[in-house]
Amino acid sequence: MANQKTIAETGNVLVAQAMRQCKPDVMAAYPITPQTTIVEEFAKYVAQGRCHTEYVTVESEHSAMSACVGASAAGARVMTATCSQGLALMWEELYIAAGMRLPIVMANANRALSAPINIHCDHSDAMGARDAGWIMLFAETAQEAYDNTIMSVRIAEHSDVLLPVMTCLDGFITTHSVDRADIFDDDTVAEFVGEYVPAYALLDTDNPSSHGNFSGLGGPYFEFKKQQRLAIDASMAVIKSVGAEFSELSGRPFDVVEGWGMEDAEVVIVVIGSSAGNVRHVARGLRAQGIKAGVLKIRVFRPFPAAEVAAALVGVKAIAVMDRSESFGAEGGPLYLEVRSALYDSSERLPVVDYIYGLGGSDVRLELIERVYSDLADIASGSMAPFGMTYLGTR
Amino acid sequence: MQLTEIRWHARAGQGAVTAAKVVAETALSADQYMQAMPEYGPERMGAPIKAFTRISDEPIEIHNNIEFPDVVIVLDDSLIDVVDVTEGIKPNGSIIINTCSPAAAVKKALGVADTVTVACVDASGIALDTIKRDIPNTPIVGAFTKVTGVINIDTFKGLLAKNLSKKFGQEMIDANFAAVDRAYQEVTVA
Repeated sequence: MANQKTIAETGNVLVAQAMRQCKPDVMAAYPITPQTTIVEEFAKYVAQGRCHTEYVTVESEHSAMSACVGASAAGARVMTATCSQGLALMWEELYIAAGMRLPIVMANANRALSAPINIHCDHSDAMGARDAGWIMLFAETAQEAYDNTIMSVRIAEHSDVLLPVMTCLDGFITTHSVDRADIFDDDTVAEFVGEYVPAYALLDTDNPSSHGNFSGLGGPYFEFKKQQRLAIDASMAVIKSVGAEFSELSGRPFDVVEGWGMEDAEVVIVVIGSSAGNVRHVARGLRAQGIKAGVLKIRVFRPFPAAEVAAALVGVKAIAVMDRSESFGAEGGPLYLEVRSALYDSSERLPVVDYIYGLGGSDVRLELIERVYSDLADIASGSMAPFGMTYLGTR
Repeated sequence: MQLTEIRWHARAGQGAVTAAKVVAETALSADQYMQAMPEYGPERMGAPIKAFTRISDEPIEIHNNIEFPDVVIVLDDSLIDVVDVTEGIKPNGSIIINTCSPAAAVKKALGVADTVTVACVDASGIALDTIKRDIPNTPIVGAFTKVTGVINIDTFKGLLAKNLSKKFGQEMIDANFAAVDRAYQEVTVA
């Protein structure tokens, strides 16, 4: 285990520190609203000479990701950060970054999309981008946001992967709150992530290559997409092995899904992000009352750990998925759809219900989570029928 | 698990967010666990704002809003007429207010239960005397250390010195120490 220093900082500062320690060659950012203080903090490190990153200020988030795509194709290690409307404006480039197989690392502070205007925590921004071809990691705490950022570099740049990684942390709840976290010294991180050696750098004139070319009817577009699918599927093994190595270095556990009380759980909540802590807190209390409550936290959403989710839920009596985003018109929220699909091949048919919660930063009060577990107990005993999807805590 | 939940009321610009963070850092330097979170919204100088701090001897895993605080700290007594600073206060909680008014009168005006401690200190007056600026956030933390004992005054002063020494000389550190000590001594409770 490497030496670490315990500090009190916001999630944003911890992500900015992690990025600085990973020594990106280029950071492109649109440094005004909607942005995070991640890029503001990083700009300070550049000004202080604490890193030698080319910091490119651009005129929009659309341009920020365009600059990242160009710099990454040129052969640089590239990072940026965004949130909500900013991520929405990057839409085209998200697909281009993934299609060109560029290992860009981007932090996303999960925040609501307009309208009505709202700046608070919500997973709609990231979930809307879930089919863009990015690997997606989610953090429960500022510590996990720091850890995920460092792991992301190794995952993205792995030769079996070469895909961009979005590392998500909850807006305000994690980004702006001061929390206790342990950080490595710079050399430890530099050694862990290593030097980036691009396989196909545009600026490597001895080995000329072209990226993102026109591929019309009859071209290799279809085959490119299949390659992307193979790469993101292959990334699961890479995420696990990088995670195991990181876990050894940090002394903190890492898994693509992290269970609590799952050994003998009868009623289980599946959740992503900071709310996992609230759910675990309630589950702890229920355990003390003899109720077999469990928590399954999803730390990697893309690629979706379907096999791991299904295996973890074997023997459970009732399952609730908590979605902090909508998929309007679908059977439920994005996580619910994934979890239900993951369970389709299970030998036993398990009741699964979905709770849409916390949109636009709506507070995740502990009594709401208690209500979910109480519903699950009723579903498990047969006194309540599984109802599909519902909203939790609306006025 | 010994968890203390604190809510700060202030006007934007009075340093409540900074104070919430410094209290959290003080807790960390005593090897405790903590969270400090501002409540963000449309913000302009002088507007009422809130901030929150959690301190515990064990890791804190909850991330919801603080609805039932153990301690409420009010940096501006004009807020008492504008927002309900007593909202959700625990029956054995403490409310610490920057005001010239006597604690008994403030307690009566707030209409809180007898079991709630109301502590008053002229943090602005002390700040003007010592630091020469109306920044009540530093002295009020001195009063907070005395009323609640959640953090230690010397640990707090140690951290204050460390933070201030990045930008200021010994004179400013001494002025801040004087502010903290005076608030510690002068705070009255009812």
